[in-house]
Amino acid sequence: MSQVISANRLSDGIVLFRAKGGAWVEQLRDAEILPDAAAVKAVLGLVEVDVKANHVIEVAAFEVTVKDGHVEPVHLRDKIRARGPTTHPLHGKQAAH
Amino acid sequence: MYRYDEFDAAFVADRLNQFSDQVARRLSGELTEEQFRIHRLMNGVYLQLHAYMLRIAIPYGTLSSRQMRKLAHIARRYDKGFGHFTTRQNIQFNWPALKDIPEILGELASVEMHAIQTSGNCIRNVTADHFAGASADEIEDPRPYAEILRQWSSIHPEFTYLPRKFKLALSGSPHDRAATQVHDIGYQLVKNARGETGFAVYVGGGLGRTPMVGHKIRDFLAVEDLLAYTQAIVRVYNLEGRRDNKYKARIKILVHEKGFEPMREAVGAEFAADKNDLLALPQSEIDRIRAYFAPPALKERAAQSQAVEARRARDPAFAAFVDTNVSQHKHAGHGVLTISLKPIGGIPGDATAEQMDLVADLAERFGHDEIRVSHEQNLVLPHVALDDLPAIYDALKADGLATANAGLISDIISCPGMDYCSLATARSIPVAQRISERFADGPRAKDIGALKIKISGCINACGHHHVGHIGILGLERKGVETYQLTLGGSGDEACTLGDITGPGFSYEDVVDAIETVVDTYVGLRTDAQEDFLAAYRRVGMAPFKKALYERDSGADI
Repeated sequence: MSQVISANRLSDGIVLFRAKGGAWVEQLRDAEILPDAAAVKAVLGLVEVDVKANHVIEVAAFEVTVKDGHVEPVHLRDKIRARGPTTHPLHGKQAAH
Repeated sequence: MYRYDEFDAAFVADRLNQFSDQVARRLSGELTEEQFRIHRLMNGVYLQLHAYMLRIAIPYGTLSSRQMRKLAHIARRYDKGFGHFTTRQNIQFNWPALKDIPEILGELASVEMHAIQTSGNCIRNVTADHFAGASADEIEDPRPYAEILRQWSSIHPEFTYLPRKFKLALSGSPHDRAATQVHDIGYQLVKNARGETGFAVYVGGGLGRTPMVGHKIRDFLAVEDLLAYTQAIVRVYNLEGRRDNKYKARIKILVHEKGFEPMREAVGAEFAADKNDLLALPQSEIDRIRAYFAPPALKERAAQSQAVEARRARDPAFAAFVDTNVSQHKHAGHGVLTISLKPIGGIPGDATAEQMDLVADLAERFGHDEIRVSHEQNLVLPHVALDDLPAIYDALKADGLATANAGLISDIISCPGMDYCSLATARSIPVAQRISERFADGPRAKDIGALKIKISGCINACGHHHVGHIGILGLERKGVETYQLTLGGSGDEACTLGDITGPGFSYEDVVDAIETVVDTYVGLRTDAQEDFLAAYRRVGMAPFKKALYERDSGADI
């Protein structure tokens, strides 16, 4: 299943997603979609440098589906993480939408 | 209230300097995350689902107006304009940046506050009855003893790395509002046959994945032995508590596995052996601390307020507010006012910076500068003159704080759940919001009467669901939220754990299931005086189970 790599920014804890080319972005729509476990493993190896540079913490991969170009996390926890609290529509990443 | 002495101020300043340095070294990369984590946790900083979370200690839930204004300021300047009051009488901010936290802690230190012992395997922030020093049924204000325990336990070198966290709670009234029997140690002030004041002591209570009601280990402990006996319990736990499995590391598991009688003997032996540790509390020290908690000079007033009665006669909403949210004060003509942080459809425990400022203003103008945070996630003005209630009500109403539902079905405890918490397995706040909207605070809620619903979004039970009259536990089954119901729990002096009804309910169906339970209760109660808990204890689970699980199989076909 397709996956995305996420982490938290050390300085403020905000959730980040890894984009193609190695940048860390705040919106899931800008993240790189990794097609399989081998790709995830390869990228997790690459992001070690960002952990060692103390830019990000808590790196992990999560499952997504892609339909008509729209990226959607599979699990509710990751959906909430990608958007913000369901109880505060103006907080978190959804505020920018 | 307690004021820092030179030692307290220096202690908090030292800790602030240490942690500021640790944050700077983490941000520069000198410390790794693994090295830093224990330091941030010891200062109340968690990494949650969306960002860092800062948990600030409010010892025994007591705040001054100045402190509340500082919390409002922090909410505005460093967070998103609100804070969340928790079931441990703390406040949490959900969006602070790590780089700002030393500055925030500096702001807190300026008003004698901090975030020490709000995390980690230590003796945590001590909690107490939120009506302490005010309630008519009180034997004695428990807060001086809570403060003595706080001072003794703060970074206690022997007890900083316990097998697991350790929570103390105190109640000064026969009616236990502090849930003492579900704490690692609970202390209930009692009088003995000679009229002396002491503590009934409970040990090994707790919620979480293995809920247990505490065992009464002492019927009467002299107040001078408070620290010595507490030390004996914690010493036995520190030596014998399990460290091989974090889920079996709390003292409740030790008491369960060792057996209560052997535990009592071990604590008794430790207590006897430590008698020379000079921990006996001198009366002069108790008196010195007690002076900080001297009751305010309340004027003599008529027991019944003409201002209240006149307003009550023409304003049913005000009458409902007074009837529901004002409890009896020990001093005639005064009341203990609960300010509900459960607006209908709102988020339990959340307060905006503006609301915090308003409560601070009201406490200053009408409440002798005292505010309490309850473990039920409300605020309390413990000393208000009944004559001032109309003015207080009008001010609260203007800012959305006059919900007349204290103790009613919409006064729901809810943990943050999956909307914020990285441990959660399901959402809890939106379930609370939907139940609140369904029952609200009108005639239906009043007819249903006293009913405590408590919701946790995972098995760790921060929402105290086991001791809810109706408890709701959010779990994840095959990737979908499911909610397990328990009935008949109670966290008061007649403490019981709720019984599971049966299979769980979906996010969509759980509010209907709650309504089924409530309707069943209303249908079977002897009269309106028999509240939900009493009715459940009389009839048991069977009628509720039948209503919940057989409702689709008969009548409608």
